[in-house]
Amino acid sequence: MKALRHGDHRRLPASLVLAGGVLLLALSFVIGSARGAYAISPLQLWNVLLDMLGGSTQPTPEHLVFMNIRLPRLLLGVAAGAALGLSGALMQGLFRNPLADPGLIGVSSGAALAAGMTIVLGSLWFPEMPRTLGSWTLVAAAFTGSLLVTMLVYALSQQDGATRVGLMLLAGVAINALAGAGLGYLTFLATDEQLRNIQFWLLGSLGGARWSAVALVFAMVTAAAGSGIALARPLNAIALGEAQAALLGVPVERVKRLAVLLTALAVGAVTATTGIIGFIGLVAPHCVRLVAGPDHRIVLPGSALLGAALVLAADSVARTMVKPAELPLGVLTAFVGVPFFLLLLRHFKSRL
Amino acid sequence: MKAGFSLLRRRDALRYFSLPVVSAVPGVGGLGATAARAQGQAPVRMPRIVSVSGATTEIVYALGAEKQLVGTDTTSLYPAAALQTPKVGYMRQLSAEGLLSLKPDAVIGTTEAGPLVVMDQVRSAGVKLELVEADHTWTEVQRKVAAVGRATARVAQAAALQAKLDAQWAEVLAAVARKGGRKPRAIFILSHSGSPQVAGEKTAAHAMLNYAGLDNALVSTGGSANFAGYRAMTPEAVVTAAPDVIVTTTQGVEAVGGLEKFWQRPGLELTPAYKRRALVALDALYLIGFGPRLPQAVAELHQAGLKAVA
Repeated sequence: MKALRHGDHRRLPASLVLAGGVLLLALSFVIGSARGAYAISPLQLWNVLLDMLGGSTQPTPEHLVFMNIRLPRLLLGVAAGAALGLSGALMQGLFRNPLADPGLIGVSSGAALAAGMTIVLGSLWFPEMPRTLGSWTLVAAAFTGSLLVTMLVYALSQQDGATRVGLMLLAGVAINALAGAGLGYLTFLATDEQLRNIQFWLLGSLGGARWSAVALVFAMVTAAAGSGIALARPLNAIALGEAQAALLGVPVERVKRLAVLLTALAVGAVTATTGIIGFIGLVAPHCVRLVAGPDHRIVLPGSALLGAALVLAADSVARTMVKPAELPLGVLTAFVGVPFFLLLLRHFKSRL
Repeated sequence: MKAGFSLLRRRDALRYFSLPVVSAVPGVGGLGATAARAQGQAPVRMPRIVSVSGATTEIVYALGAEKQLVGTDTTSLYPAAALQTPKVGYMRQLSAEGLLSLKPDAVIGTTEAGPLVVMDQVRSAGVKLELVEADHTWTEVQRKVAAVGRATARVAQAAALQAKLDAQWAEVLAAVARKGGRKPRAIFILSHSGSPQVAGEKTAAHAMLNYAGLDNALVSTGGSANFAGYRAMTPEAVVTAAPDVIVTTTQGVEAVGGLEKFWQRPGLELTPAYKRRALVALDALYLIGFGPRLPQAVAELHQAGLKAVA
């Protein structure tokens, strides 16, 4: 990997970058725990933590709010941010394209189309359906939709038994456009109420966090992150070109398939639960690369950590800025992420 | 924004320092109430409520229970005092922590309130949910009044209000029924943002036209079979419907920039209504909110409809 590091003596060392990422995530988690519409003072928070360890008999309201609403939400935020950041890095590495993000292979648009179908068409068969925003039906449908569309994009990019990345990029763009048109047609069919539901779904929210969903998503993202980080070395080789990577003995086909599968599972699970959270998958890897260079052994875990920290920070603002109401998270990820990104861009512009 | 944050910090600080007092104050819903009862304090504490629909908020004020109202949603626009209450956001996108931070005993509204997960979380925190199904009938109003009565612990006042409203309603319906002859043909245009929409069956607007003795021309022309819900307004469908009068909301007229602009919408100039500029514009919540002002709204729409074709 010496070639990648050439002339980068100003880059921060890997251990420092990763430690910084862990610190940033821990900090945003602590701040996120202490902030919220429901006032819980640091002392009360401490008592809740003691109760949690000791197993209290009479839970206080603060205890209920923290344990049933705030904590699952924070954990869902960590899982969502980590999945989006990591998958963004995987996709940019796989496509060798700085504009790639998890949405490119159809994960988000597939989930959105399926969610829209559930909200609009579901009501034809089950009149209660439009009210079930955030229900399991919607989550399951969105997850299935994201997997199906991603599989379609993947299948379209096959040629002579190999995955052609360039073909996958274009197929992704085309299928995304098709899914967008499908969603457009659904919004035309939708009633006012359904339209509102679709709109809010597209803006994303961690408000649907309950322990059962959080546990599922967290397990899925942890598994995906474990296998994803193992792709660092092969992706470093692919950065030199697929042919070179193959010559170095990298199983290029397997790496591509695994990267797409992990992204589909992790981002699919997250998007199905939260709706679309934009921007994190695109920007987190860039931020890490600006600071630490292009080595995937740092970029992959770093993007996961930074993605999680950014989502937690954005959600903290979403939860408290207009309390007792709440802002859509999808709006804030850009508001929080863009200034951070531009700041880094200004500071490290010599490196581009 | 700055003032808001500093205020919040101050409030947090106050709470922090007055911790022993705070913990004795009834907390979240049922839990707090139980604690208070167990300690034998707080002899009469009226339930704290959050109202997440314009109509239920109106009823809260009609019952004189506004002191118990600790929060409302963004559709609660009447009376004006409701605008000063803490706003919990749009009724379909509520926040669990936001609702609970107001420490309500009950949340009242319609079944449109959501998301579902949030409502479940609020319920499991011990807060009573009183959500009324909207079916665009008079019983919808009755159920709302009863729900608010239960939630605010003012069942007797609610019954009295209901009796008064029932009498008004019977009077209005009788007045509409007395007027025989041809029903004026009307269409309802909803245009709060972007592209205008027209109301078909199974909408509050369609129900209002019927109650007020107007004929929803889009449904009766029957161009498209079972036209339900709101659909994009197409000029040709409007011309085919040939309405004598256009019904819309004042917010819709303001959104396009006044009456002049409103009549410039394509298709309208070819309707019978255009010649007399027969337009009835009423406040959205008043007209299609199905709240306690429904009898007045029906009477006003009926009169205005008649005048438009007289």
